[in-house]
Amino acid sequence: MTVTDNVKKILFFCMALMASGPALAQLEIQIISGNPSALPIAIVPFQWAEAGPAPSTPVDEIIAGDLYRSGLFDPMDKSDMAERPVDEESIRFGTWRLLKVDYIVVGRVQTPSDGSGHELVYQLFDVHTQERLLSQVTVVGAGDLRFGAHRVADAIYEALTGVPGAFSTRIAYITAAGLGPEQRYELVVADADGFGPQTVVGSPEPLLSPAWSPDGKKLAYVSFEKGNSAIYSQDVATGARELISGGAGINGAPSFSPDGKKMALTLSRTGNPEIFVRDMATGKMTQLTNHWAIDTEPTWSPDGNTIYFTSDRGGKPQIYRVPPTGGTPERVTLEGNYNARASVAPDGRRIAVAHGRGNEYRIAVWDMETERFTIITPGVLDESPSFAPNGSMVLYATREGNRGVLSAVSADGNVRQRLILSDGDVREPAWSPVIR
Amino acid sequence: MKTAWRLTLAMIIALTLVACKTAPKAPEPAPVEKDTTPVVETQAAPNPHDYADPRNFDNPESLLSKRVIYFDFDKSTVLPEYRGIVSAHAAYAAAHSSARITLEGHADERGTREYNLGLGERRGNAVMGLMTAQGARADQVVVVSYGEERPTCRVSDEACWALNRRVEVVYTAR
Repeated sequence: MTVTDNVKKILFFCMALMASGPALAQLEIQIISGNPSALPIAIVPFQWAEAGPAPSTPVDEIIAGDLYRSGLFDPMDKSDMAERPVDEESIRFGTWRLLKVDYIVVGRVQTPSDGSGHELVYQLFDVHTQERLLSQVTVVGAGDLRFGAHRVADAIYEALTGVPGAFSTRIAYITAAGLGPEQRYELVVADADGFGPQTVVGSPEPLLSPAWSPDGKKLAYVSFEKGNSAIYSQDVATGARELISGGAGINGAPSFSPDGKKMALTLSRTGNPEIFVRDMATGKMTQLTNHWAIDTEPTWSPDGNTIYFTSDRGGKPQIYRVPPTGGTPERVTLEGNYNARASVAPDGRRIAVAHGRGNEYRIAVWDMETERFTIITPGVLDESPSFAPNGSMVLYATREGNRGVLSAVSADGNVRQRLILSDGDVREPAWSPVIR
Repeated sequence: MKTAWRLTLAMIIALTLVACKTAPKAPEPAPVEKDTTPVVETQAAPNPHDYADPRNFDNPESLLSKRVIYFDFDKSTVLPEYRGIVSAHAAYAAAHSSARITLEGHADERGTREYNLGLGERRGNAVMGLMTAQGARADQVVVVSYGEERPTCRVSDEACWALNRRVEVVYTAR
């Protein structure tokens, strides 16, 4: 991809962002580096077959944006489309072959027969073989058209890569703005593309460590609102919340088990930070580690059989693992001075960590089979890696000047994008599970 | 940025010097109305080494007026130059059984947030250990770690990081 192409894309996305919704506190997404081997695809504007006016951001732009940001696709600019077919019969494949497009998507948006919501009817073709790879109808409720477009992008992504898409997911993050007594922290949830940010909780005291429940309905987090750290679990839709732990010392690093029945967390009530497992039904806490070191940042393997955590029991912070039922912790990361806050890939074979060397902290992926690191970010102060639920990307926090911003990087490190808020710090991203 | 810091430091030093000159001044004698009442005798300045004397909290010549202990990167050892400050507060707590102290532990921005919560607590515990060894009761002192969440400055350089790696001695009761 050429530099001009990149500039064009950035402009295209900025325009798309400006055209849609309120820009206040919206995350602005910029592509920093693209992928030269991205697949050329044409997402032809969907025919608007509903009674009312078409939305300001057409679904084809949302779909193209999702695919582009994955780094695996190079969606064609609408202005370069010589024809705009809306169904299989009107596609002249020869034209698209000349335009050097490998895949084409056509479709329409219509009102379902029951009269409410939206139906996205679409088909995906291989331009060279003229084979129909996908023909689907995605039905969403009124007000969920963007979500519907993300679902279409998910299906296209899966049809062409074999991996489920993660575009119809959400991200949680912490924002911090203001200084001194004006300081305000918020826990925010937005669509994975940064749209529709909603404040889940706001506080003049620090908020940190958001963690999703496996059904994507709740967020656990740490709040200092009572003068010391305490862990809460809050329903994102209703706002109802439960105090999980608020005793003396540190109450930190909550992490739901994959079945949602347990939570791993860090408590220092024994005098120093230890990992505990809480039964969510009974509230019973079981101590998992017992060491003078700092043991913290527990996170579960996707099968629920292993808890990874950070410990400096060897002198410097490294990742260890232990079964959730107890046992002797075993060291996992074997290279580097500082490896902390693991996020386990959905395949369970890799972990992303904050990897420190001197004053530089980067995100690195540790392959547990080859026992090697791949550094995937250019860093200086990169932290808080969070794998996408399909393993394709890692969202993380970095610094730009003296402010915190979020970035996302493809798991191979080739494609990066930046998510910037209008003001203040953004930090501690947590990618939601896939919400079906 | 470095220049800005030097300026800030210079200002702090200048202000401290001014404070040193003026702060311990005894109250002015009341204006004499004729010569009926004798002049009230002025109180003597507090002995800066008397750490049981609460007036020393505001006496810049006394270690009791200093309430921040700084640490090396990823370390929780109380450095020799800060032991005197810790001892002064321990002596005050030992002499005033109603005194209550919160030790707020902090870390710089490097490293992960939850690990830094642990590090801030470890620093607080190191100070608490010294204080209780020197006569403060364990129930007088509580440690709260804020990790890297409450920096005193937000610049990514060593000068700023050094200011953020700290334990603040906060009296909730004197």
